[in-house]
Formats: sequence, C-alpha cells, structure tokens
Amino acid sequence: MTAARIPALELVCPAGSPAMLKAAVEAGADSVYCGFRDETNARNFPGLNFSPAELRAATDWAHERGTRVLLALNTFARADAPDLWRASADAAAVAGVDAVIAADLAVLSHMRANHPGVRLHLSVQAAAGTPEAISFYAREYGVKRVVLPRVLSVEEIRSLTPEIAVETEAFVYGGLCVMAEGRCALSSYASGRSPNLSGVCSPPEAVSFTDDHGERTTRLSGFAIDRLPAGEVGGYPTLCKGRFRGGGSGEAGYLFEDPVSLNAMSLLGGLAGAGVTAVKIEGRQRGRAYVARVTKAFRAAIDAIGRGESPELYESLLGDLAEGARETTGAYRKRWR
Amino acid sequence: MRASIKPGAPMDLAIGPLLFNWAADRVETFYARIADEAPVGTVYLGEVVCGKRQPLLQDALARSAERLEAGGKTVIWSTLALPATPRERRLAAELAADPDHLIEAGDMSAVWSRSPSPFVAGPLLNVYNAPAAEELARMGCVRLCANVELPLTSIREIAQACPDLELELFAFGRLPLALSSRCAQARMEGLHRDACRYVCDRHPDGMNVATIEGEGFLAVNGLQTLSHGCQLVDVPVEALRAAGVSMLRLSPHSLDMVAVSHLFHDYAAGRTTPQDLALAIEALGPPGPLVSGYLHGAAGARGIDARATP
Repeated sequence: MTAARIPALELVCPAGSPAMLKAAVEAGADSVYCGFRDETNARNFPGLNFSPAELRAATDWAHERGTRVLLALNTFARADAPDLWRASADAAAVAGVDAVIAADLAVLSHMRANHPGVRLHLSVQAAAGTPEAISFYAREYGVKRVVLPRVLSVEEIRSLTPEIAVETEAFVYGGLCVMAEGRCALSSYASGRSPNLSGVCSPPEAVSFTDDHGERTTRLSGFAIDRLPAGEVGGYPTLCKGRFRGGGSGEAGYLFEDPVSLNAMSLLGGLAGAGVTAVKIEGRQRGRAYVARVTKAFRAAIDAIGRGESPELYESLLGDLAEGARETTGAYRKRWR
Repeated sequence: MRASIKPGAPMDLAIGPLLFNWAADRVETFYARIADEAPVGTVYLGEVVCGKRQPLLQDALARSAERLEAGGKTVIWSTLALPATPRERRLAAELAADPDHLIEAGDMSAVWSRSPSPFVAGPLLNVYNAPAAEELARMGCVRLCANVELPLTSIREIAQACPDLELELFAFGRLPLALSSRCAQARMEGLHRDACRYVCDRHPDGMNVATIEGEGFLAVNGLQTLSHGCQLVDVPVEALRAAGVSMLRLSPHSLDMVAVSHLFHDYAAGRTTPQDLALAIEALGPPGPLVSGYLHGAAGARGIDARATP
C-alpha cells in the first residue's frame, strides 16, 4: 500500500484568538498559527489576535496537548518603526513558539542573529515559488519550511520538492489571493493600507455601502468595487474580487477572479505524494465555529488517507462554508493555464 | 556619507524597463530615439512582466542595447518579476550569472543566482526598511529602486542607514501594483494563458479598468495590474536629495518619452518647479491623471492638482 510510505500530512489551522486556538486544537489540529494584535501580522483586523501574555499561555496550553504553535510575523517592518517587529520577534521567542513565520528580510535577519534556536518558516507573503528563491532564504536565514504560493499545481510542487532542502506547506482551504501574495499594492493604492504595509487588505474602516434603487454598492475609499441586489450576501469586499469594467466595455464583471473559495481536500493524497509536509487552512478572521468544523473535516480526511481510504467522502461537509458558496481546487489542477 | 549630500548633487535619470507588449520594431525605434535624444544616463532593458513575451523581443533588445551603449548610456538588464517555468528560471539565472552586465533583480531567484556580484534591487522586491536594505547590500546590492508603496520618509530612513547604497525613485509612469500568475487580459477575452494570442499587445499603456460607475481605477497589462493614475514626483528636487534619492526612474509609456526625459532633466537641475513639471507632463498626454499619494504616505491614487498654487 502506497499510503504507508508517505508520512501523514501535518494539519495547520488558523487561530485568530485564544478561543479559536482552543477550538482548533480540540478539533484535531497538529499545529495552529496566530499573530500579535498589531500590524506585525497579515490579519491585522479589529478584535483578532493575541497579546504577548495570551500567546505565552496559549502556547503552554497547546504544548500540553501535543500541538505546535506557529507565530505569524509576516508583514514588512515599517521603516520608521522596526522596533515593533523586533519586539514581536523577541516576544515570540519568550512565549516558546515552535516556529516564526516571516517574509521580511529584516525580521528573518533579526531572528537568525538573536534567536538562532527558533525555527523559521518562510511566509507565503515572501512569494517564493522557485527552487532558487526558496534556496536563497534557506541559505541566508536557515529557513526550514516554505509556505508555497497559491499558484503552483500539484505537478509543479512534485517537481519542486526534490530541488529544495526545506519542508513545504500548502494552503488547502479558504480564501485565495488572486495576485502573487506579498506583491500586491492594490489595497494601498485605493486606501493607503495594504498587506505589506499594514497587515490588512481592503481595510474595514475604508469600506462603505450605499443603497440605491434596490442595489447595494460596495466602496473602498470611495471607489465602487462591487454592486449586488439588496439582500444578496457577498463575501468580504476584497478589492481584487470586485466587479470592474475592462477595456472600455460597458459591462462590469469579475475582472480578476470569480468569488470562489479554495477546497483542495480531494487533492490531499496527491499533495502528500508530491512531497508536501504540511497543509494549511486559511481564515484567522473566520471565527471559532468555522475553524472547529473545517479542522474536524480535514482531520478526518487526513486520517482516512492514513487508512488507505479516499478523502473525498469528507469534501461535501464544508460546501456551505465557502465565501460566495462556490469552491475551486485553485491552481492545483491549473485549468487556467 | 549622506551628510555630504549638497544642493546640486547629481540626480541621474533612468528609463525603467518597458512594461508593455510593444511590437519589436516599435521597441527598437523607441530605444533608438532614447539613445540619440534623451538626456538619461541609464536604461533598464528586458521583459519583466510575462515570460511568454521574452522570445518576441530578444533580438530587438540585443540590438537596442548596442545602440544605447553606443549612445553613451549604461544598460542594465532587468529580470522577470515572477519566474516560474524552467525556461523562465534558466533565462533569469543566465542573465544574473553574466558578470559583464549589471542586472536589476526582479525577485529573490535573481538575487540567489547573482549574489555576491553587484546588482540593482528592483521596485518589485519587498524592501520596506533599512535592515532589509542592509541585508541586500551585504549580498551585493549597489542600488535600490524603492518599492512604490514607500513614502519619502521611509526612503530617507533607508538612506541614512545605508550610506553606500544608491537610491532610485519611481518618478514617472503608471504604478506597478500587482502581479499574478493568471492573465486577467486573456481571461477577459475568454482565452487561456497558454493560448493567449498575445492580446496584451492591443494596449500600449495597459488596458484601462474602470469601476462600475465608470471611474478610471486600474490598468491591466497581462499578468500585471497597474494604476490608472500616472505617478509623478511632486516635491522640490531638493526634498528628494534630502531623502537620499540620487536617481529618478521614468517608466516607458506611449507618449513622447524623449520630451518627458527633457522635462525631468530640467527638474533634476532645479530649473523647473514640481508645479511646472506637472503642467508640462499633463500637456504631453500622460496615460492617466497625475497621482503622488504614496510619496506622502497616503493612498497611491491621491491626485496632484497641477494648477493649485504651491
């Protein structure tokens, strides 16, 4: 049986708050990832994340249950405030986290120089998808794992893994960036704040709605980014998932991406076979009930693969959770190339 | 030392890499004029957006490089911003490994292949602070073209910490805002990227993208998304010198780039105010309304009113 030769995938789940961390651990996460309550992480939304004391307590609690804690320190330090990122790196080391997830050379070099014992994972925000780029971070900073950009197919991952000396982690569920992660400034062009600059995309304080003639228009800093019949529920109004008019055409459409959500559960076996070490669920902003349900379903699917069964039985469990209620296997099957 | 920056210190001009899919003969004509008529010291050459376009331009760019060098310009080869296929990776690695030419690294793959030989770090590398710039300088970076999101205050912080690093500023053109491995332009035409018919060649300054209400917002150039607005520095040239900037990048567009570079030449020499520069650029027909918000730490789309009193 082939399954016996492939190590079980590590299930990495989002923890946007201490309560969500607890829910993920109890639902069967192997690892959880979280961030501090500030702009040092890429989910800097009001009401989310951890204080240093909360992180320390949560890490102890998770470790008692055999679950690893990964700390996302994955934005780019502001030139006028690098100390905030340094202090967060130090607090992560004090809390005893199992790894720090970083993208900025400033953060990576600080960790290597001051906390050489703390394991480093390369954030998806570094957009490192080639053996050369990944090897760069491994050589210079001793990065042990790369979170893969959400643009690679299973086949591409299969040819990538033997060429690099680090583990890989692949997103398998949740929201998808249309653009290369960490290389997108659309949000700051409209609003002044972006993932790289401030850890937020399409920040909630810049979003507004106007109702007119039975339609609701969504705006980001005044730019109309979508329009839906009143009462119809859309996902979070992320700029790149809005509707625009391209090339002078009269019709507005989803120019960059249809509002779909990633679900690669059916590909878990293929990802494991391609050499992927860990699979990641997106959604620190999504809440406790959400993370419990998604974690449980993926735990069951990974365990099924371990028994030599197909994970597809568990796939339909989550259909109603997707943003915009439609799912895709994303780039993994690369139908768009 | 930065402390030695004086009024009148050099402010060189560079033509950035051509971002758009222009026909090979148009490209060659463009660079021939730059070689003969534009008061710029440096020209960046190379396809940085889409690897599929690379073979179309190879010969035209090689001839353009000779022409530019004969015209006294320094040619720097820019690498692809998002290399992915084995062919794209090999091309980037070959460029980076060539010790006879300076290169501009478009991503960390190129830095890996190039270091420790000298290189320019392009605006699409994520360098947001002094420690990151110091890391690249340690690896051989001699010049950094600041990421377009960076305000002048951040550029000054980097300059103060890295006195030996030259700093270049994206001073003119639609802002490169995002990259994708999916082609929005092919998608709009109902085509797959692998059979895209190079539809991006219809839009020499990018395809305009408007909001539902018809307001100009973005521009699509194959895999790249740019701003609809056209970036233009709007501070006195002395303020740029004080922030440590010593080179201004002019990104090629379909308007008269020789005229644009002459205007910037006068601005860099202190003979033209930012207001007069903006008025003159407006008269040349820029690809979108003039914007400058990023330089001031505001939204990038924030406009310049060229007619406002200073």
